[in-house]
Amino acid sequence: MPRPVPEADGLDAPYWDGTRAGELRVQRCRSCRAFQWGPEWICHRCLAFDLEWVAVAPRGRIYSWERAWHPVHPALKGHGPYIVVLVELPGSGGIRLLGNLLGDPRQAVEIGAAVEAVFEHHADATPPFTLVQWRITP
Amino acid sequence: MRTIRGQVAVVGIGETAYYKHGQSPEPEFQLALRAVLRACEDAGIDPRRVDGFASYSNDRNDPSRLTAALGLPELRFSNMQWGGGGGGGSAAVGNAAAAVAAGYADCVVVFRALAQGQFQRFGAAPPGGTVTGEAALTFPYGLISPAQRFAMRVMRFMHDHGVRPEAQRAIALASYHHAQANPRAVMHGRPLTPETYDASRWIVEPFRLFDCCMENDGAAALVLVSADRARDLRRPPVYLLSVAQGSEYRNAARGHNAPTYATSSFTTVAPRLWEMAGLGPKDVDVVQSYENFTGGVLMSLVEHGFFAPEEANDFLTFDNLVAPSGRLPLNTSGGNLAECYMHGLELQIEAVRQLRGESTSQVPGARVGLVISGPMVSPVSSLLLGTADTL
Repeated sequence: MPRPVPEADGLDAPYWDGTRAGELRVQRCRSCRAFQWGPEWICHRCLAFDLEWVAVAPRGRIYSWERAWHPVHPALKGHGPYIVVLVELPGSGGIRLLGNLLGDPRQAVEIGAAVEAVFEHHADATPPFTLVQWRITP
Repeated sequence: MRTIRGQVAVVGIGETAYYKHGQSPEPEFQLALRAVLRACEDAGIDPRRVDGFASYSNDRNDPSRLTAALGLPELRFSNMQWGGGGGGGSAAVGNAAAAVAAGYADCVVVFRALAQGQFQRFGAAPPGGTVTGEAALTFPYGLISPAQRFAMRVMRFMHDHGVRPEAQRAIALASYHHAQANPRAVMHGRPLTPETYDASRWIVEPFRLFDCCMENDGAAALVLVSADRARDLRRPPVYLLSVAQGSEYRNAARGHNAPTYATSSFTTVAPRLWEMAGLGPKDVDVVQSYENFTGGVLMSLVEHGFFAPEEANDFLTFDNLVAPSGRLPLNTSGGNLAECYMHGLELQIEAVRQLRGESTSQVPGARVGLVISGPMVSPVSSLLLGTADTL
């Protein structure tokens, strides 16, 4: 049983194209310059329908985290535990991105810890995709 | 000020037997019918006087089908509160009350029926496939179920305010304690000790097994009429003092980007609730607070003003939360954790029982009851109920 495969829609395709190219691209308003994540059709700050996709530095800090033990999806049976992190990007308007924290799934996790993105390619999936994951900055 | 205060009353309550998940011998629609009829019977109202229905969370049991099945003369009001989870439990009551107050309908039933064993469970993901939209940002990381969706909000809140696991534990212990007095409760006869709680497995940190609601089969219903009509019925009317619903600025921003992240979503809702009722936390005798997860209850009580976040460890003790003598008796039927996960509508019914003096864990002389619905989702809702002498 494979994991759920993310598929681009008309709104978030530039994000998924970016991850496959090893870039973290998020929305920014051309009009008021506000960063925006998750993607939406309109800028929440100035209401312009004028959003562009910009590459941002794939580094941030752990804003929150959880360690999941109970397998709620058939693909997860026998694979627990695993860690999910919510990562804040202070250099990019404080937007937050999700991902798994790589490394020992039983490691102690600290809110505020510095992390960097790892582009995890799934070239054989249908359709192929790349996930942004995170590891503690060495 | 525009207000629902004192205009509408709950005059009947009804529920089916509560079953463990998948164990209802009857189809979900039949459960819904039984709950409606029992609520009418409790009120002493001919079911054919019902002229409206309100529910939430995309309940599958369509009011038009109910109206046809019950042979009702006319359907005047049909209402679905948007949003998943239990966040609509109080809003649905508020919507029904608004319809009565506005003259759209005279006798509105709020109901919820769930037989998850006959459909998809909330706590398990649909298998396989591709995901798009917000799910594409979460599912591939194993961020799928409600517990996984909300754990990080609670983790951040506990981190920010130094809340210890014992605060969550006290909430679970109080619900299980109250369920031991309640023969309707699925966990009646299954007491929970601190040792059993501490030894229970993690579902997703910071939630252990007993921090998470059950999943059950059953149905529940309440009958609402105007205050004028309520006085002529056989049960003591329980009046709506206020209802509020919603969520704060960009609460549902995708991918966990709510600016106020560590919240039960009540920071703007709760102040409106108190203002409409002209009451405050000190006026409340008993609280029913939706436990999807104990951490959600914790944040709900903070955001409704019962204590500051930094006081959570001191306030949330077993002794403080149990009837009859606790500072703030909480979830006195056992609630979602231990009575039945009737998606929170069992909490509305328990609030009515308390104000009638009929609870199995009665708070002596209870006059004002608070119900909090579905923390951490959007929209959430809460309501205040009062006895006749609170008007």
